[in-house]
Amino acid sequence: MSDSGQPLVLGIETSCDETGVGIVRGETLLVDAIASSVDEHARFGGVVPEVASRAHLEAMVPTLERACAEAGVRLADLDAVAVTSGPGLAGALMVGVAAAKALSVGLGVPLYGVNHLASHVAVDIVEHGPLPSPTMALLVSGGHSSLLLVPDVTADIQPLGATIDDAAGEAFDKVARVLGLPFPGGPHIDRVARDGEVTIDFPRGLTTGRDLERHRFDFSFSGLKTAVARWVELRQRAGESVSVADVAASFQEAVVDVLTRKAVDACRTHGVDHLQIGGGVAANSRLRAMAQSRCEAAGVELRVPRPGLCTDNGAMVAALGAQMVMRGRTPSGLDLPADSSMPVTEIQA
Amino acid sequence: MLLLALDTSTSAITVALHDGSGVRAERAVTDARRHTEHLAPLIEEVLAAGAVAPAELTDIAVGTGPGPFTGLRVGLVTARTLGFALDRPIHGVPSLDVLAHQGSGLVTGDLLVATDARRKEVYWAVYAVRSGRVERLSAPAVDRPGDLEDGVRALPTLGRGPLLYPDLFLAPLPVHDVSAGALAEVAVGRIRSGTPMPVDALYLRRPDAVPSVSTKSTVPDGWRGA
Ligand SMILES: Nc1ncnc2c1ncn2[C@@H]1O[C@H](COP(=O)(O)OP(=O)(O)OP(=O)(O)O)[C@@H](O)[C@H]1O
Ligand SMILES: [Mg+2]
Repeated sequence: MSDSGQPLVLGIETSCDETGVGIVRGETLLVDAIASSVDEHARFGGVVPEVASRAHLEAMVPTLERACAEAGVRLADLDAVAVTSGPGLAGALMVGVAAAKALSVGLGVPLYGVNHLASHVAVDIVEHGPLPSPTMALLVSGGHSSLLLVPDVTADIQPLGATIDDAAGEAFDKVARVLGLPFPGGPHIDRVARDGEVTIDFPRGLTTGRDLERHRFDFSFSGLKTAVARWVELRQRAGESVSVADVAASFQEAVVDVLTRKAVDACRTHGVDHLQIGGGVAANSRLRAMAQSRCEAAGVELRVPRPGLCTDNGAMVAALGAQMVMRGRTPSGLDLPADSSMPVTEIQA
Repeated sequence: MLLLALDTSTSAITVALHDGSGVRAERAVTDARRHTEHLAPLIEEVLAAGAVAPAELTDIAVGTGPGPFTGLRVGLVTARTLGFALDRPIHGVPSLDVLAHQGSGLVTGDLLVATDARRKEVYWAVYAVRSGRVERLSAPAVDRPGDLEDGVRALPTLGRGPLLYPDLFLAPLPVHDVSAGALAEVAVGRIRSGTPMPVDALYLRRPDAVPSVSTKSTVPDGWRGA
C-alpha cells in the first residue's frame, strides 16, 4: 500500500452499455472514465446485448488507458482491482470480469468481484464521505427500483422492497416513447417537464388500501405507464391536442411522489435519519427537489451523488472495492464467474 | 522470447507458454460455457508450470476466432488487457488457422476446418498442406454445413463440425478444439517472418439487433429484481 496508507483501487463496470473505469485512493475519487455505447442502441429503442458486449471489448483498453493517464496513476502502483460481477447482462459482464482478472494476474494484485447495486450505494462515500450506519438507500435506475436498509455497504444490505413490474427508469423510457421522445427517455422527460404543469392526476401504484399493506415498500410503475399511454391515445383519437410538457410533468410527478413518499416512510419506520438516492433516475431534477423538501420535513438528511456518479460508472465499483480492501475482506478467486442475477444481499462474489 | 498464447474460440479454454524454441507448458479445459471462470486460473497454472513471472513475458498471442461471441471475447479482452498491463505486444492469429496447423501433421493436400458456429451453422475455411506448410485457400466464413460444396465437405475435416453433422462431413480427423501450444507455434513463426497479426475479433456475423420494445426488454429474467 502507498505511503498514505490508503489503498489505490481500480474499478471496472460493464454490466450494461457503459464501459466504466474508475480509480480511487481510499475514499477519494481520482478519476471516472467512461465510454458509452448508448448512441449505438438509440435507434433500436433499447439496449441490444451483443452490441453492448462488442463495444465493451473495443472500449476496455482505451478506457483503462485514459483513466490511468488522467489520474496520473501507474498500473504498477495499484493495490487491488474491483469489478462488477453482477447483476447485469451476462455477456457484457464477462468482458469486464475477464479484463479485471487479466489485471489481477498481470499485476499480481487481489481481485474483488462486487455487486452492481451495492456499488450504486457505495459511490456516495467518495462524494460525501463515509456512509452513516444505517443508511436508507433508494436505488432507481433503468433496471432497478429498490429500497434498501444498509447497516454496512460492504457486508449487510437488507432489501425492504422493490418494483413488482417495471423499474422507474424503464417507466421513464417507455413513457418517453409514447410521447415521441428519444431513447433513453428519462433526461428528455425531465427537460420537457420543466415547461409543463402537473394537470393530470395519474395513478400512484401500491399506495392505498390492501396494496399498501401488502407492498408497503414495493413499487409498481406498469399501471402508470399504461394509464399515460391510454390518456394520450384517447385525446389523440378525439382529435384533441396533447401537451407533451403537461403529460411529462404529470407522469414525472406521479413517479417522484411515490418514490419519495415510500423512501421517507421507510426512514421513519426503521428510525433511519439518512437517505441516499442512487441510480440513473437520481439525476432527475424533480426527484431531487421533492426528496429534499420531504426529507427536510421529516428530519432526514438527504445524500445524492452528482448525476455522473448516479448512472453506471467505474468509480462506484472502485469505491466499494476500496472499502473491501480497507476492511480486510478476503479477495474473490480467479475463478470468479459473472452472475447476471446476483442478489443485492450478495455484496461480494 | 517468452510468449503466452491463449484461445477461447472453441469448446476448449486453452493456454500455453512458448520460450522461442518450443512449448514449455500447456493447459486446457473443455467447458464451452464457462470461459470466464477457467481462463485466468489456467494462465496462472501455465506460468507456474513454466516457472515464469507475468512480468517476464515478452509477447501475448491470442486466437481471434471466429467462434461463439461471448467465449471469444473472454480470450480477446484477457489478452488485450494483459498486454496493456504488462506493456507487451499482442499478436492475433485466426483460430481456424491454428486448427489447420494442428492437422498439418496428419494429412497432406487440402483440408477443411469446420467449427461449431451454433444456430445450425459452422465456421469454416479450406487449407492446403504441402510438405508440412499450411496455406489458407478460402477466407473464414459462416454457413449451414449443407450449403458447402460436396467437394469441400468431402475433405479431411478438423473441428467439431463432423461431430455435430456426421452425415455431412465424411472424412473427420480426430482434432476438435484449438490447442494453445499450436497457436503459440504459429504465432512465433509469424512474428519472426514479420506477418501482420491484427487482434480484431472475427465475428463474421452482425449482432442480432432486434429493436427492443423498451430499455430492458432484451434483458434476461432475473436481471431486474433486487
Ligand atoms: N434526468 C433523468 N430523469 C429520469 N430518468 C433518468 C434521468 N437521467 C437518466 N434517467 C434514467 O436512468 C436510467 C439509466 O440509469 P443507469 O445507467 O443507472 O441504469 P441502467 O444502465 O439502466 O441499469 P442498472 O439498473 O443496472 O443500474 C434510464 O432509464 C434513464 O432514462
Ligand atoms: Mg446501474
